[in-house]
Amino acid sequence: MWTYNKMLQYPINIKCTDPKLAKVIISQYGGPDGELAASLRYLSQRFGMPDQKSKAVLNDIGTEELAHLEMVGTIVHQLTRNASIEEIENAGLSAYYTDHGVDVYPQAASGVPFSASVLACKGDPIANLQEDLAADKKDFECTLAKKL
Amino acid sequence: MLLNENRNCSCNNMDNENEDEGRRIDCERKEELLQNIRCLEFAINELALYLDTHPEDRKALCLHKKYCNELKQLRDMYQKVYGPLTITYPCNKWRWLEEPWPWEGGED
Repeated sequence: MWTYNKMLQYPINIKCTDPKLAKVIISQYGGPDGELAASLRYLSQRFGMPDQKSKAVLNDIGTEELAHLEMVGTIVHQLTRNASIEEIENAGLSAYYTDHGVDVYPQAASGVPFSASVLACKGDPIANLQEDLAADKKDFECTLAKKL
Repeated sequence: MLLNENRNCSCNNMDNENEDEGRRIDCERKEELLQNIRCLEFAINELALYLDTHPEDRKALCLHKKYCNELKQLRDMYQKVYGPLTITYPCNKWRWLEEPWPWEGGED
């Protein structure tokens, strides 16, 4: 089970409004290489792992990814919370706002809703760990792209 | 760090004639405590991930134990004054609703 800690893993206090940035960052929340996908990937694969070490690693990393998910959601929330309708329109978020309002919805930057089809659980420890390495690499590149 | 009002910062029984000043100092203290808790949580988390694959490492185990003890002390100290960090902390009244939520930072 999990117990909620009423704090972020790292504090986030964004004062500026930037819905355009939020529109890109939301992919790290519910996109194919985002934190939700990472968390579900590890937490789903752990059941089939053959030994204590690999079960522990997937369990504990999957848990930490949930803390990352909360931080990314916080960033999106804070970047958009004071946005005017005009700013939302200019950022190309009219459609998002129509469907989700001020909520943070798990979707890719393209608007595609989160899907478990972005992760693999193959029932084979080696195949799963290879998938995790690839996913971690994609996650890293996704982060790099945001710096551009 | 100066946090805004409505943070129930007066609950540490600080007997200060200048209430604003008292609240400011109190909020700085609160943020400092929370930051130290975060640091320890992070270090423990990383040590745990390392220990998952290196359970025999005595040095890492020793550090983990040390940080866990420090964290327990700080969490007890924080929760006693500023309210619960988890719902497993007992209170005489329901203080879970008093502090802002973690995602609500940055508002003036």
